[in-house]
Amino acid sequence: MNREIVIQTERLSKHFGDFVAVNEISFEVYAGEIFGFLGANGAGKTTAMRMLCGLSIPTSGQARIAGYDVYKNTEDIKKNIGYMSQKFSLYEDLTLEENIRFFGGIYGMSSRQIKAKSDALVEKLGMENETKKLVGALPLGWKQKIAFSSAIFHDPKIVFLDEPTGGVDPITRRQFWDLIYEAADRGITVFVTTHYMDEAEYCNRLSMMVDGAIKALDSPANLKEQYRAASMDEVFYEMARGAQRKAD
Amino acid sequence: MKDVVLEHITKSYNKGAVRAVEDVSLEVDKGELFGLIGPDGAGKTSIFRILTTLLLADSGSAAVHGFDVVKDFRAIRSRVGYMPGRFSLYQDLTVEENLSFFATVFNTSIQENYDLIKDIYEHIEPFKKRRAGKLSGGMKQKLALCCALIHRPEVLFLDEPTTGVDAVSRKEFWGMLRRLKEQGITILVSTPYMDEATLCERIALIQNGRIMSVETPDNIIASYPHALYAIRSENMNALLHDLRRAGEVASSHSFGDHHHITFRAGGEEAVQQNLLQRLREAGHRELSLQPIRPTIEDCFIQQMPA
Repeated sequence: MNREIVIQTERLSKHFGDFVAVNEISFEVYAGEIFGFLGANGAGKTTAMRMLCGLSIPTSGQARIAGYDVYKNTEDIKKNIGYMSQKFSLYEDLTLEENIRFFGGIYGMSSRQIKAKSDALVEKLGMENETKKLVGALPLGWKQKIAFSSAIFHDPKIVFLDEPTGGVDPITRRQFWDLIYEAADRGITVFVTTHYMDEAEYCNRLSMMVDGAIKALDSPANLKEQYRAASMDEVFYEMARGAQRKAD
Repeated sequence: MKDVVLEHITKSYNKGAVRAVEDVSLEVDKGELFGLIGPDGAGKTSIFRILTTLLLADSGSAAVHGFDVVKDFRAIRSRVGYMPGRFSLYQDLTVEENLSFFATVFNTSIQENYDLIKDIYEHIEPFKKRRAGKLSGGMKQKLALCCALIHRPEVLFLDEPTTGVDAVSRKEFWGMLRRLKEQGITILVSTPYMDEATLCERIALIQNGRIMSVETPDNIIASYPHALYAIRSENMNALLHDLRRAGEVASSHSFGDHHHITFRAGGEEAVQQNLLQRLREAGHRELSLQPIRPTIEDCFIQQMPA
């Protein structure tokens, strides 16, 4: 496996007043890896992710994302990552075509590049007949596939997925993971949070955040062995149960 | 007695362009914990809104606790508790103010029904002076449940109460629902999480506005029509691709650390061995194949129209 490190943090912390949202997290993520970032509501996942995306300046510690520093090079970080969440991903009142053009444009791609790639993408998704339709009118499962494809349209080094599969039907959820695997095979690092514990099993490695700190980091198989658990659900329950912080 | 009855309910939006609920018939017994299981867009919220008298169906009839949702809407409103999917308490009132507001609206007081919400309210009581808008997701959920319960409703409607909530808080929440059920409250709850289906007494699997089946979770699982197997190897992604190309494999879906597969022709021992042999030759290591009991998610996938 390619051991190029694309995310590296060292004692990365974020304080809000007296509250330590993220407490000295240190970890590495490799190129092409599917990395699961787990934790209960309120464990500090969102705050940590915002720092990794260059959206929030850390209080202390170090981190390099795709080789760029989270204090100094936040704009470079943003150009080299993709981001998708269940809550926001696409502009509902733009068409499929317009959304792709918009995302390509803000990531600095030329019109010609956008045109060439968007035709290929639309064909791959099998949505040739939907390009002129407003995204808001498309089924949720389609939207999520388009959103993911838009998030990696500019071939970022890393794509951050914040609960990408909430609420979709079981088949679409699996098709979505096919896209994730495909992106990882192309060398894109996938950094994903989820509340579905079966999806945690699809990750190469997982970290588990409790009360702002990373309490465990390993492959799903090793974590299950370590906690003598039959499923990731049990591992998660064992770890998160001990949390002191109450929700969100 | 049936506490919730839907008969041939249909609801469409945008002049019929969006068919949200298609001919849904359903009965929920008094005191039952009943689950509507399906993804976003399945029609769950429309059904809840029709039953809570907030939305008129295009056709069909429905009754809650013996009252018609159209004729007797007032009687229903005072007898049901409704927790919508989107947080809809007053963000700029405190926890305590919200609760006392809902109690007052229903002509009761917090004290009168405190025993019903005590277990849940204790979790948020330390923050009773905090504005609802400043609460965490888990605490908002508990406050919303308290507000839906404060007038001691006969029927409780919970629309996706656990969406976006972590696995630990979800378990806690279902524990609360079981205790409410013991108090005799009928509960209709919806969820997109298939693993929560087994926590209900009966469930309806719903997709694209249509009910696919209504049964106890055990019976739904028992009626799964095929023999189901779990298979794994060192490289799960490659395995999935190879399984999809294997002619004897009828269906293959990833399920966490295994793929679940069915065979076209029963999957006799010889067919299985042949498949394993070919996968070994294709380079798969540490292969294992074993028969398993389907989960609700397997059943849902099987029942989804192609």
